[in-house]
Amino acid sequence: MQIYLPIADLPVNIFLVLGMGLAVGFISGMFGIGGGFLMTPLLIFIGVTPAVAVASVASHIAASSFSGAINYWRKRALDIALALMLLSAGIVGTATGVWLFTKLRELDQLDLVIGLSYVTLLTAVGCLMIYESLRAVIRARHGMPATLRRPGSHTWLHGLPFKLRFKRSKIYVSAIPVWAIGFLIGFVGAIMGIGGGFLLVPMLIYFLRVPTATVIGTSMVLTLVTMASATVMHAVTNHLVDAVLALILMVGGVIGAQFGARTGQRMRGERLRLLLGLLVFAVGLRFAYALVVRPEDLYSLRNVGFE
Amino acid sequence: MMRRTTLILAVVLMACGARPAAAERLVVSLSNHRVAITSSFTGEDLVLFGTIEPDTARTALRSAYDLVVTVTGPRQTLRTRRKQRVLGIWVNVDSREFVRVPSYLAILSNRPVAQIANQDTVRRLQMGLDNFLLPQRIGQDIADTVRDDSYRLAFVRLEGQQGLYSEIASAVTFLTPTVFRAAIPLPSDVPVGNFAVDVKVFADGALIARTNSALEVTKAGFEQYVADAARDHALLYGLLTALMALVTGWIASVVFRRD
Repeated sequence: MQIYLPIADLPVNIFLVLGMGLAVGFISGMFGIGGGFLMTPLLIFIGVTPAVAVASVASHIAASSFSGAINYWRKRALDIALALMLLSAGIVGTATGVWLFTKLRELDQLDLVIGLSYVTLLTAVGCLMIYESLRAVIRARHGMPATLRRPGSHTWLHGLPFKLRFKRSKIYVSAIPVWAIGFLIGFVGAIMGIGGGFLLVPMLIYFLRVPTATVIGTSMVLTLVTMASATVMHAVTNHLVDAVLALILMVGGVIGAQFGARTGQRMRGERLRLLLGLLVFAVGLRFAYALVVRPEDLYSLRNVGFE
Repeated sequence: MMRRTTLILAVVLMACGARPAAAERLVVSLSNHRVAITSSFTGEDLVLFGTIEPDTARTALRSAYDLVVTVTGPRQTLRTRRKQRVLGIWVNVDSREFVRVPSYLAILSNRPVAQIANQDTVRRLQMGLDNFLLPQRIGQDIADTVRDDSYRLAFVRLEGQQGLYSEIASAVTFLTPTVFRAAIPLPSDVPVGNFAVDVKVFADGALIARTNSALEVTKAGFEQYVADAARDHALLYGLLTALMALVTGWIASVVFRRD
């Protein structure tokens, strides 16, 4: 069944988009991430312009992270104080990202920057995840316990001023790295159409030493607010949010996420991280391929304005 | 300025067409003057019917006529960008702006335009994609380039791939020597706005009658509503979309609650 998308201005098969929502939702539920890094490229692939895809996926991620955040809230597994602190910087990051997004679009370089950011970020994060999880898998095979070397291991980050205590996460850290991480996630999310969960979770664990009990819930709150505000900002500045597309994606996404979460719980942590790492890396390579290989058509059109 | 010149030119040409030496009259009708884009829109073929009639009862009709129908959509400005390899990756390096060109252009005829009239007439009446004026901004000036300019070729090709620009030499069929029908293909992503339909009749290579018609493409119902809201009430639209996301997420967490 074809349905006409009012902002993307093209007809799509409603079941295809719903299926994409389900599939990405399944993966996002399985790994506890938003799945924007998969959804945005998929939409571009079916013909939605990168700009509309990035802007519309934001609301899709807001939906899936809200349903996740509610679940973690019920289990008291999120740190509101830390989330608020990250958020104050996240909003600034999102606003900066949306501003840069608009500027790049005017300069005809938006597609390039989206492509390049995907390549660098995804291949780098993918490599790190594969390396880390492979080591954990090997260690587990040799019967050694997984050491997270949590307590007592201080880095230079702990020497910074403006220290704050976050009770629920039981950490005492400087506000500077917290703000930096929040800003980065908001910024990257607005430009790339990703929630940034797959970046935020490892950052919180490795840099701030947030315990695994509160890390996913807290990351979901941050993703929720940055993506909801990215939706509003993209709508106001670029008029590119397609609500019909977003709704179909959301419905598929939240349903898929439920089944994904069940599958994910039956798998072992390090195996799960290895799989996610491979997935992230593969998407990064796909983008690298598109940038390096000679495009089918060297010319492309962009509408500058109707009369 | 350019607009006025074109307008005057069009009026003059129309006046010539209305009172030509040989008195034929052209009567046309569109199957639909208002195309509505609804949620199930996947493109549509409009049909233009027409007949060539003698102006006075005594005028004898000629044996063979040729017909050229030009359909132009609302004007828009488009940028054609060219990629080039920079440090191993493909980057948009150069672009050319096409100023106030039709967002939709179909040139339909009963046989190739080059066979209908001589080179000079074909060019003057902008028959065929090669001869249609597509002004580009080149530095300070706005002018059409030669037809084999690489940007012009790429522009016409890309528009053609989307079904927005077409030149079909078999789209007009004569049902009798004086009654004809023309199929106007509107693709699924046809732009919204007012379309002008210009119909020209030729006999022995000379323009003998000309008339025009118009049609309107509009988004209808829900599509119209959403597109208007996104443009006119951007903040409210954004807030509602964000709220929709929250409600969807909340419903999911209630429906799938496991404890």
